[in-house]
Amino acid sequence: MNQAPAETVLALRELSMHIDSERGVVRALDRVSFEIRAGETFALLGESGCGKSMTALSLMRLLPPAGRVAGGEVRMGGRDLCSLTEAQMRRVRGGDLAMIFQEPGTSLNAVLTVGQQLGEVLAIHRGLKGEAARAEAVALMKQVGIPDPERRLNEYPFQFSGGMKQRVMIAMALAGKPKLLIADEPTTALDVTIQAQVLDLMATLQREQRMAMMLITHDLGVVAKMAHRIGVMYAGHLIEEAPRERFFTKPAHPYSVKLFEALPEGHRQAGKLATIPGSVPPLTTDFIGCRFAERCPHAWDRCRGEAPSWHELGEGQRVRCHLYDAIEAGRLASRSGAAEQAAKPATRSGETLLEVEQLQVHFPIKRGVFQRTVGQVKAVDGVNLSLRAGRTLALVGESGCGKTTAGKAILRLIEPTGGGARLGGADLGALDTKSLRAIRSKMQMVFQDPFGSLNPRLRVAEIIDEGMDALGIGGDVATRRERILEIMRLVGLRPEMADRYPHEFSGGQRQRIAVARALAVSPQLIVCDEPTSALDVSVQAQILNLLQELQAELGLAYLFITHNIGVVEYLAHEVAVMYLGRIVEQGSAEEVLKSPRHPYTQALLAAVPRADLSAAQANGMPPLKGDLPSPSNPPQGCHFHPRCPKAADACRQAYPERVALSSTHTVACHFAR
Amino acid sequence: MRDFQIVVLWSDVLFAVLLAALAAGVAYAFRHEHLRRAWHTVFANRSAMAALVILLAYLLVTVLDSFHYRPALDQPDGVPQTKVQYSVEVLSLLDVALTTLRDTREKTYSAPFATHFFEKQMLEAPDGKQYRDYPRLKFGGAHLKDPAERAGDIAVRAAGGAALGGMLWLLAMLPIVRGVACSHQWTLTKAAREVLRGGTQIAWDGFAWALLFVLVLAGVLGTLSGHYHVFGTDATGNDVLYQTLKAMRVALMIGTLATLVVLPLGIGLGLAAGYYRGWVDDTIQYIYTVISSIPYVLLIAAASLMMTMLIERNGALFATAASRADAKLVALCAIIGAISWTTLCRLIRAETLKLRELDYVQAARCFGVSSLRIMLRHILPNAFHIVLITVVLDFSGLVLAEAVLSFVGVGVDPTSISFGMMINKARGELARDPLIWWSISAAFVFMVSLVLAANLFADAVREAFDPRALPSRRRLRLGAAK
Repeated sequence: MNQAPAETVLALRELSMHIDSERGVVRALDRVSFEIRAGETFALLGESGCGKSMTALSLMRLLPPAGRVAGGEVRMGGRDLCSLTEAQMRRVRGGDLAMIFQEPGTSLNAVLTVGQQLGEVLAIHRGLKGEAARAEAVALMKQVGIPDPERRLNEYPFQFSGGMKQRVMIAMALAGKPKLLIADEPTTALDVTIQAQVLDLMATLQREQRMAMMLITHDLGVVAKMAHRIGVMYAGHLIEEAPRERFFTKPAHPYSVKLFEALPEGHRQAGKLATIPGSVPPLTTDFIGCRFAERCPHAWDRCRGEAPSWHELGEGQRVRCHLYDAIEAGRLASRSGAAEQAAKPATRSGETLLEVEQLQVHFPIKRGVFQRTVGQVKAVDGVNLSLRAGRTLALVGESGCGKTTAGKAILRLIEPTGGGARLGGADLGALDTKSLRAIRSKMQMVFQDPFGSLNPRLRVAEIIDEGMDALGIGGDVATRRERILEIMRLVGLRPEMADRYPHEFSGGQRQRIAVARALAVSPQLIVCDEPTSALDVSVQAQILNLLQELQAELGLAYLFITHNIGVVEYLAHEVAVMYLGRIVEQGSAEEVLKSPRHPYTQALLAAVPRADLSAAQANGMPPLKGDLPSPSNPPQGCHFHPRCPKAADACRQAYPERVALSSTHTVACHFAR
Repeated sequence: MRDFQIVVLWSDVLFAVLLAALAAGVAYAFRHEHLRRAWHTVFANRSAMAALVILLAYLLVTVLDSFHYRPALDQPDGVPQTKVQYSVEVLSLLDVALTTLRDTREKTYSAPFATHFFEKQMLEAPDGKQYRDYPRLKFGGAHLKDPAERAGDIAVRAAGGAALGGMLWLLAMLPIVRGVACSHQWTLTKAAREVLRGGTQIAWDGFAWALLFVLVLAGVLGTLSGHYHVFGTDATGNDVLYQTLKAMRVALMIGTLATLVVLPLGIGLGLAAGYYRGWVDDTIQYIYTVISSIPYVLLIAAASLMMTMLIERNGALFATAASRADAKLVALCAIIGAISWTTLCRLIRAETLKLRELDYVQAARCFGVSSLRIMLRHILPNAFHIVLITVVLDFSGLVLAEAVLSFVGVGVDPTSISFGMMINKARGELARDPLIWWSISAAFVFMVSLVLAANLFADAVREAFDPRALPSRRRLRLGAAK
């Protein structure tokens, strides 16, 4: 590639965007300036609510009805996009600027074929019609790696998988030959193996076409893999800008530093995660000082009274922080290294608490007038697990592999089809309704979505009280109230919050309430179903620390269902990897994560983007091909063989036996021996 | 000595129950913040506040018309008073208020504000010769010596009535203005200006102007109706204004009492179908699909004819014609309700299917909370906006349904006055030449204003409570402010 400074494709100068709301003016963007050059990927990084997506929408001039550009300009090709008429802007959208959205499922029109939707873009921006358009569409589909494009052009979006839909979206974005591609969290809704495929595709396409790309993400791993330059946004403000190497070796802004420290991976059971107290301030605030001052460990008086200006740190890195002001140099030196990590609380393991044997959950597929059963979806197909008190077992797998179903079947929220689970000696499958109710207090669940797991019509105290009330434990109302307040303190909520409604709380606080609700009945086992996947990194760290502390204090056992390998590394003692309803590899966290033996585990670990440059570059393994097969019709033999790089004849014929590699480590693979 | 006996009709009782439930609902909403906020949005809507005034006016008439009694008959002098005899006629407070209108019966048709009958009649001159002319009315404009003075007289009286209405309006607005002034720490003048300009959070301006309209109209009608038939008279000489006012109660009763049947059926079956699924769902779906596939007029006609037969056969149970007519009204409400629960049931079922999969329901099941409790505590409160929206939206449909049913002759008892009956009678009147237009016009205007007000109010309620309504204006702002 040539080293001459590439031309600037897009430049934002002091762009401000305001939204009028009932609670005052929301300053979604406040004087944001940056440039993107041809062939470069600029990553916009930050937590939710920091104005990343609003930046993209402002560029496209797709503002919400109450929103308006309050100042500044967006220069592209010698024009200011903010001053164009709507008709001119329509030529720009899809032509010069193209955008890919987060949710591939809702970005395509379900009643038009993929070919029609691609044809529309080609007709508008390239003037192609008929055969020419079709030929171009086929070429585009090939370019984004969709097999058999001639046939697939006539198919509807529902016939495509999530990853394939995102490829179609990319093809549509490329159809107008854009100078700049805006990708708004393009892979957040996808599984890691599919994410790796899509990210690879985007990087290749960008290299080939020398297209500029603006990547909006909250995932440092994706940034490490994709970005050339990084801009960190906080509360509508750009606070740091740096090239990749600088950013990953020497992040400057305290917020950037904290984002790295809050990541669970790499901390492998070393200590407590760093957290950022509080949450992003509402954008209706009239900021006087630094926006991050309230949450910043280094903040002093100047930060609260004076907004920091840009400080150049060399090598293209600049930061908005008083610490880097020349006159504050002494302060920076004295502060560095001050952050000492608290030791992670030690956990003690006890007796075997939960034992799952050959658990099966099959959903019948019914067809026809008489609803005859024509097949089975084997969501969970013979799962064996065992978990000791005070330990954490992580159940890892991609979406659709049956891990949530397994968790719910253990709690008998879904009736298992076969096999069963024993909790502390009681056979859960054999219990009748009454004795099941009695044992409910011993096992609880924490759910994924903190917004869907709390009844919006009940106060916090009522929510926490629900279990004690239903199970008739905890004594009379006054004693229970006492216990509710005690548990709230335990999970880090203030007692005066007891009479508020859930909508007044942030995502992290809601998850604390959900944990408190589960704890109220003093369970021994908590099934955690992706409890942090809907949370920002800094908040995720708070919840992980909390779970860790509670385990040490109360001797809880966690069955931790997740697809986030970083969380597994931090929290789990044992790991079970699940693929299409079956456990393919199981062992201690050390064994499974450090020396994975099943090709699927290896691929899964390789596909996880690491927030670490050496890992991002040393990633030798090509991403896994294809999609997760449907559990209603799993492949013959080993379920993994169509995607497995090692597959041999034996794999196509028989499902491999479990092989014990050590007393704890087992693998179901023909090649494990 | 006049005495009276209080008569409690079934519909009065049910209506009182409904009003009590409404009051309880208001109290409940006031105590719960999310409801209070939603209602605040409703009241911030100018047209909703104006519609509320109209609805309250109708409600007032209905309430007045729902206190019934039988006056004691005057005993002829000299007859020893052994036992007080009560009239067979059941009167309401509204009838008392409208005594002039009731007592001023003409012989037949007269146009609004007329001083003479609408048609020529055979008259006998003092000399015994017979001739045909428009005779003077007995009451309408009877105080005028010369009918030519009529226009002036009407103008003067209308002005007086308007002034009276205006004064009442000032009296009614005073406490509101004072309240606003108190809560904002404004002076009275500033508060008054802000109220009329719409500068307050609650759209008091819509309320104020609509109230002014209603009170001035009431004042004008009130003063004029003492001397004229403002809306004319019908075939048998009854005042049309009186009939229109009486028809309000029937319209409101049908619109509200049917919900007493709709609510338990719709909510109960909808929740059960959505929560239990399986065969319970199949059965309930089967029932409501069958019901909603039969033309409702047919079904109601059949059911109400059976009801009529039943009531006629047990005539002895009813002391007066009014109580019999009332029984028919209640039966009609029940029948309409028993047929129109399907919409609500369908919506509640769909919402329940969605809510039951939510994590907080799963969490409750995790605690072994009983199904009934889950439905009442976790599902119903979160689906209640649907109930509210459906009930308010259905109201206007039910009022219109009564008109249709009475028009085809299966509606309320022929002795009671309803908008449908008035329209039914107008069938003949509209075929005449010259046209008798006032009866149907009055019914039309009053029914449309009721239904329109109800629809406007329902729209505001839907906008405030439906999470999906108007995503552009409400949600995006909140989303961006997040």
